[in-house]
Amino acid sequence: MNEMTTIAKSTPKDWESDQEVRWCPGCGDYAILKAVQRTMPEIGARPENTVFVSGIGCSSRFPYYMETYGFHTIHGRAPAVATGVKLANPELDVWIITGDGDALSIGGNHTMHLIRRNLDCQVLLFNNEIYGLTKGQYSPTSRVGTQSPSTPFGSVDRPANPCAFALGSGARFVGRGIDVHKNLPTVLKAAYAHKGTGFVEIFQNCIVYNDDVFAPFTAKPNAAPNQLWVEHGKPLLFDNGTKGLAMDTDRLVLKVVEVTDGDWQGASVIVHDQTNRGLAHMLVEMPTGAFPVALGVIFDDPAPTFESAVVAQNARASEGKVANLQKLLGKGQTWTVE
Amino acid sequence: MATAVHQLPPEETSDRPPAESVVVRFAGDSGDGMQLTGGQFTLSTALAGNDLATFPDFPAEIRAPQGTLFGVSAFQINFGSSEIDTAGDEPDVLVAMNPAALKTNLGSLKKGGLIIADEGEFSERNLAKAKYDANPLEDGSLAPWQLMKLNISQLTLDAVKPFGLGNKEALRCKNMWTLGLALWMFDRDRQPLIDWLKAKFAKAPELADANIAALNAGHAYGETAELAGPMKQHHVPAAPAEPGLYRTITGAESISLGLVAGAQLASLPMFFGGYPITPASAILHHLSRLKEFGVTTFQAEDEIAAIASAIGASYAGQLGVTSSSGPGIALKGEAIGLAIMTELPLVVVNSQRGGPSTGLPTKTEQSDLYQAVYGRNGDAPMPVIAARSAADCFDVAIEACRIATQYMTPVMLLTDGYIANAAEPWKVPDTSAYEPFPVKFLEEAPATGFLAYARDEKGARPWVKPGTPGLLHRIGGIEKAAGTGNIDYSPANHQLMTEARRDKVAGIKVPDQQVEVGETSGKLAVVGWGSTFGPIHQAVRRARRRGLDVAHIHLRHIWPMPANLGTLLKGYERILVPEMNTGQLKTVLRDQYLVDAKPLNKVSGQPFRIAEIEAAIDQALA
Repeated sequence: MNEMTTIAKSTPKDWESDQEVRWCPGCGDYAILKAVQRTMPEIGARPENTVFVSGIGCSSRFPYYMETYGFHTIHGRAPAVATGVKLANPELDVWIITGDGDALSIGGNHTMHLIRRNLDCQVLLFNNEIYGLTKGQYSPTSRVGTQSPSTPFGSVDRPANPCAFALGSGARFVGRGIDVHKNLPTVLKAAYAHKGTGFVEIFQNCIVYNDDVFAPFTAKPNAAPNQLWVEHGKPLLFDNGTKGLAMDTDRLVLKVVEVTDGDWQGASVIVHDQTNRGLAHMLVEMPTGAFPVALGVIFDDPAPTFESAVVAQNARASEGKVANLQKLLGKGQTWTVE
Repeated sequence: MATAVHQLPPEETSDRPPAESVVVRFAGDSGDGMQLTGGQFTLSTALAGNDLATFPDFPAEIRAPQGTLFGVSAFQINFGSSEIDTAGDEPDVLVAMNPAALKTNLGSLKKGGLIIADEGEFSERNLAKAKYDANPLEDGSLAPWQLMKLNISQLTLDAVKPFGLGNKEALRCKNMWTLGLALWMFDRDRQPLIDWLKAKFAKAPELADANIAALNAGHAYGETAELAGPMKQHHVPAAPAEPGLYRTITGAESISLGLVAGAQLASLPMFFGGYPITPASAILHHLSRLKEFGVTTFQAEDEIAAIASAIGASYAGQLGVTSSSGPGIALKGEAIGLAIMTELPLVVVNSQRGGPSTGLPTKTEQSDLYQAVYGRNGDAPMPVIAARSAADCFDVAIEACRIATQYMTPVMLLTDGYIANAAEPWKVPDTSAYEPFPVKFLEEAPATGFLAYARDEKGARPWVKPGTPGLLHRIGGIEKAAGTGNIDYSPANHQLMTEARRDKVAGIKVPDQQVEVGETSGKLAVVGWGSTFGPIHQAVRRARRRGLDVAHIHLRHIWPMPANLGTLLKGYERILVPEMNTGQLKTVLRDQYLVDAKPLNKVSGQPFRIAEIEAAIDQALA
C-alpha cells in the first residue's frame, strides 16, 4: 500500500475494544488476545483496515475484543464469510478466529476449501481439544480415551491433526504456537507476512474442561525436552541443543539423535527448510512422547492467492467491454414490432 | 406469457379466441436433443411474431438408459396469434421420436391431434423397453388420432450421407430433420436456424453442413408430403403486440439480468455465491459471464458457503446474492438468520422444485412458501416476493435488490422450475424508466455519535464498509444491544430487538394489490402467486366470457402482503387459491385475514391446466 503520510505507529492498547472480556479467568484465550494485540502494531496493520471473522465457540468471541471491524458469524462458517469479505474487498486484512470444533468438525469442509483456494488471510485455530462453550464434550482433536459428558467411558475415535489436515488441504503456510509462549507473536507475524492462507494452530489451555492437556510439553520442566521451535535455515535442535532430528534414510522417517558438544552436523541433524513440504508433513505428524512437538513456522512457501486470481480474471474478462445494460438486455436474436 | 406486452384483440373478450393457437410437443429420448429442438423452434416462432409459452419437461437423469419410459424428454410450446399465457393444456401435434416418447405423451394429446412418429425407432427392442406388447403404429390403437409415421432415422441418414459421418453422429442430426419438418408445418423461416448452426459448429463445418442438410431435408419432406397424408401447412399469423424490441427469455436469464439491473440501480457491485443445483444453476451460469457489470461469481464448496460468502460480501459493501432450490435453501436457513440478525442486505433466490428432500429435481412445484415465510429458527422475519413468469422475473429481481438495500434485510425471491426453464417473448424494457435507489454507505459518524444499530425512518440500520476510519464496530449472530450492537441478552433488549426486526419487515412499503381481471369485489376471487399466473389468468378470462362473476388476483408480495389485501379479499363472497402445493398461501391468507380461502391443489410436478382451474371456478360458483 502506498501511504502518502506516515501513520503514527499504534500501540497494543489501540487494538483493545471497550468490551468487557468474558472468558473464564485463567483461560489461554487471554494470552492469545494479548499476543495478537501486541503483534498488530509491529506488523503495521491499521485498525480500520482489519477484519476479524469468527465462527462459534469460546475462541470466536475474540472479534468483540479487538478494536477493528469484526464479524462473529455462525458455527463453522467463518472461512466462507471471510472469503466473501476478501473477494469483495481484497484490500482488507482478514483474520479468521476459530477453534478445533468450529474449524475441524462443523466447519471442516470450509476450512479445507479455504486452504486449498489459498485465500489471503490468517487462520488462528485455538486448539484446546475440547468443546468449551457447550460445557466440555470431547472434540475432533481430543485424544482417544477422553472422558467428557458425551463420552463418559472415554472417546474411541482417533483425533484429527490440524496441521496435517491443513497440509493435506494444500496449505502454503503452517505454523504452530502455544497460547502463553513468548514466540507466538513471531509466528503470527510470519503468518501475516505470508501472502495466502496463513494457518496457525495455537495450543490453548482450557482451564475449566481440559486443564493441562498440553502440560506434557508446555509445563515448565517439560518444555525444553519436548518443544522444538523450528527456524528456517537453522538445525532442528531441541532440549537446549542436546538433541536433534535426523533422517532415518532406510525407513524415510525422522529420528531423534543425541548432539554432543553442539556438533549437530556430526549427528546429521536436518537444517529446517520451510519450503520443504515433505519435511513439514513429517514434522507435524511426529508421534508425541517419543518425539518433541514441532512449533514455529513449519511450512511457508507462497503461491498465488485466490482473491488475486479472481480479481485478475474479472479484469481480463471485462477488458474492452462496456457495461451497457440496455445493450445486454437486447442481446441475442431479437425482433421489432412496429 | 406476455400479458404485459400483448394487446387483446376485441374478439378475445367475447368467446374462445378464434385466432389460431397451436400446441406442439416434441418428445424423444433424453439423448435425442429434444430440448434443443424445442428451444430453436421457440426462437423461430418468436421471430415470426407469435406470442408463445413453453414447457420443457425432462428427466432428472442426464442420460437415462436409451429408449426407456423414464428417459423421455419433452418440450412443449404453445404459440398463437393472440395472447398466450400457458404452455397449453393439450398438444395438437405430438412428435414422438421413439415408442417410449409416444407412450408417455400420448395421454395428453388432443383427440384428433396429429402424431408424427419416427417408425425407424419402433423396433421390437424399443417397443419392449417402452412396455408395448404390440406396435401401436400398426395395431390400430392410435385410431383416435391422425398418424403420420415416417422413418425419420433413415431419412436423416440419407440426407447426411454426403458428409461421411459415422452412423451414430449421423443419427444425431435427427432432431434437425424433425425441426425442419416442424418449421415447414408452421411456415417458419429456416435462415436464423441455419445461421445458428453455422455459429455453433464453426469449428466443425462438416457437422454444420450435415445438420443444415438434415434440416433442409425435413423441410423438403413436408413440402412433398403435403400432397398426401394428414399433414397440412399452417400459417399462424403474428400476435398483436405493443411496438418495441422483443426477444425470448427464460426465467433464469431474466432473474440474472434483473439482478444485474438491480445492482446497477443500487450503484453497487454484485457478489453472487452459488452451488450447483437443479434448476437454479442456470443463474450462476448466466451471471458468471457478466464480469464487466461488476459481477463477481463464486462457486462455493456447498450451499452454506455460498450464502455465507454472499453475506461476507454484503458486509464488505457489495450486493450479496445467493441462489438455490428448496433443499439448498434449507441448508442456508441458519445463515439467512445471520443476515436477519446482522441486518445486512442479501438476495436469496429460490427456484422451487418438487419436494420434500431431493423430491422431483426437474419438475416444478410451489411448495417452499412456508419455508420462505416461516422456515427459520427464532422470530426471523424476511420479505418474500414471487415472480409470475419469465418476463416478470426481471422486475421482481430489481424489487428484491431494492428492498434488500433500502431496508438492510435479506429478501427471498421465489421462482420455480417451470419459470426458470420456460421461454417467452419479452419486450426489452427501457432501463432509464427504472427509478435508481443508490445506496449511501455511512462514512462519518453523525454528530450524535456512531451507533451500528441506529435506525432510520424505515427501521434500517446504517451500512458501514470495513475500511472506513472512525466507524469500527463488531456485529454477529448473537443478540445485540439496541443502538450499539454490542452483545446484550437482557430480557428487555431481546423483546425490543425482536419487535424492531419484525416491525422493520412489516413496514416495508409494497404497492397496493391490483386485480388482474374482473371487479374489485364480487362473487369469487381466484388468488394465486408465482407461475400459476398463466392458467389462472386464462381460466378466469374464459369464465368471465361465459358471464361468471370472477376476478383474478395475483400476489407478487407474499411477505409483507400489500396493505389493502385484507380489505380487497373481504369484498368477495368466495376465495379460491390454486397452488402447486397442498395449500400454503391459502393458510397464510386465512391466518392473516381470517378469510375462508379455499384451496385448489396440484402437486404432480406439472403446471395447472386451464381447464382444471376453470372447472374449479365453476364448482366454486355452483
